[in-house]
Amino acid sequence: MDAITVRGLGKSYGDVTAVAGVDLAIRRGEVFALLGPNGAGKTTTVEVLEGHRRRDRGEVSVLGEDPGTAGRAWRARIGIVLQTANDAAELTVRESVRHYAGYYAHPADVDEVIERVGLTEKAGARVKSLSGGQRRRLDVALGIIGGPELVFLDEPTTGFDPEARRQFWALIRSLASTGTTILLTTHYLDEAEALADRVAVIVGGRVVAEGTPATLGGRSQAKATVSWLAEEGPRTMLTDTPTALIAELSRGRELPELTVTRPSLEDTYLELIGETR
Amino acid sequence: MTTAQATALPSPTRVGLSRGRIELRQFFRQREQVIFTFTFPAFILVLLASIFNGTYPDGVSVGQVFSASMIGAGIVATSFLNMGVGVALDREDGTLKRLHGTPVTATSYFLGKIVLVAVASLAEVVLLLAVGMALFDVTLPTDPGRWVTFAWVFLLTVVSCSLLGIAISSIARGAQSAAAVTNVPYVALLFMSGVYITLDALPEWMLRVGSLFPIKWAAQGFRSVFLPDSMAVQEAAGSWEHGTTALALGAWCVVGLLLCLVTFRWTNRRG
Ligand SMILES: Nc1ncnc2c1ncn2[C@@H]1O[C@H](COP(=O)(O)OP(=O)(O)OP(=O)(O)O)[C@@H](O)[C@H]1O
Ligand SMILES: [Mg+2]
Repeated sequence: MDAITVRGLGKSYGDVTAVAGVDLAIRRGEVFALLGPNGAGKTTTVEVLEGHRRRDRGEVSVLGEDPGTAGRAWRARIGIVLQTANDAAELTVRESVRHYAGYYAHPADVDEVIERVGLTEKAGARVKSLSGGQRRRLDVALGIIGGPELVFLDEPTTGFDPEARRQFWALIRSLASTGTTILLTTHYLDEAEALADRVAVIVGGRVVAEGTPATLGGRSQAKATVSWLAEEGPRTMLTDTPTALIAELSRGRELPELTVTRPSLEDTYLELIGETR
Repeated sequence: MTTAQATALPSPTRVGLSRGRIELRQFFRQREQVIFTFTFPAFILVLLASIFNGTYPDGVSVGQVFSASMIGAGIVATSFLNMGVGVALDREDGTLKRLHGTPVTATSYFLGKIVLVAVASLAEVVLLLAVGMALFDVTLPTDPGRWVTFAWVFLLTVVSCSLLGIAISSIARGAQSAAAVTNVPYVALLFMSGVYITLDALPEWMLRVGSLFPIKWAAQGFRSVFLPDSMAVQEAAGSWEHGTTALALGAWCVVGLLLCLVTFRWTNRRG
């Protein structure tokens, strides 16, 4: 069964159409990434799924219920990491996490969650004294303390240093390995590539491409770029058959500075969002 | 499995009490705010009683009258102002949005606020009584009937003013604007309700306007608790008007509750 199904989702703010007919199907246990430029409608889509915003059109099912009408029991099964929050400034990290643990029937261990998000050293510090990245890690801790089946993360690693980002990736992988479904939005393509089983690209409120990071936008079938240093100077060729091309070129010789590349996820992504503008 | 988990969720009451603890912790850690909330009415009381001195027949001092009235004003501050700004702030900083994504219900959230308001209001009463007893010959009543009056006036005032504060927080655009839209009517009504000025100095129309709102009834109620009955003739109506007081404050509870139910939002943005 799918954790999330969305059909024909639409949402406008006055004259601004934020989401214009999104279809998605996210399987249980899957890590799914939503990509798209600023203002594409990612947050709006995710917040409709979280039950924070009302949709204008379309059918939505999250863990088998309509988020617009689902109750307490449903909320206990999801975890939400907000894109912006600066609440609970006066509490300490541990106090916040422990307090939120008290909302759930089967919360995770408080100190273990603090450890998992890498805040053990800051456990006794007031929330207002945390740096931006540490604050986001607390948001993640509060999102997973209830032991959710499904976690929403809206740009979770914005403001993280590279080490914290790697730590966060490990955390997401460990959540995923225990069967938690994860829907995240991100502007970092390496993040999508590292974490997501599947990605969807949203532009102007519509899904323009969907697939695994390796196959997105026909990436795996795209022509390969073969470059080498010829006697006249550097040469580059686009080909569907790089192996044959190299065999023909080299005839047993070494080709200096030979490389074979396929478009990166970033190339594909930029092409996708460029096409639709 | 869903239902098994639902039954195992902590009860809204338990979550509400836990929110109460966390609300108190957050409130009392904001030192400047605590000092301001609690000492401001006491400070004004000392100023007023030093400006207007004199005694009524029966040897009741102006200071005693101001002390009793200020208790009413003080708990309106710890309920109405505290809720008006506090709930707007919770909406602005994401507290409410985050809670809305958890099994916490609006009932639990408000239960937490009730605990906060109850503790803060009682502390305010204790502080103002201490100042009144130390400086202005206020004495604690020995008649149990007066403590009964104290209890219901306290309860109705705190409940009606908290509800009105919550309602006004939804009307305000944010915490900044909530501070303005709560403080302006509050201060204006302190004058019109005879808290900042003795009743005999107020023009008739101000008394009329003042008597439409809870502060006047709260202040009058506490005067009836802490002043001798001979002082009742000094009231606008010439008596303590307990029935009308209960009716007026009770009506505001109902109005406040209705406004809350109609206007409450989890976030600042509509949609
Ligand atoms: N509450 C709101 N009121 C009015 N317009 C809004 C509101 N929220 C979003 N919008 C508009 O809807 C569109 C989609 O916004 P949304 O926040 O969903 O984009 P996003 O993909 O999350 O962008 P970002 O990458 O910058 O976070 C934008 O044009 C935005 O200006
Ligand atoms: Mg966004």
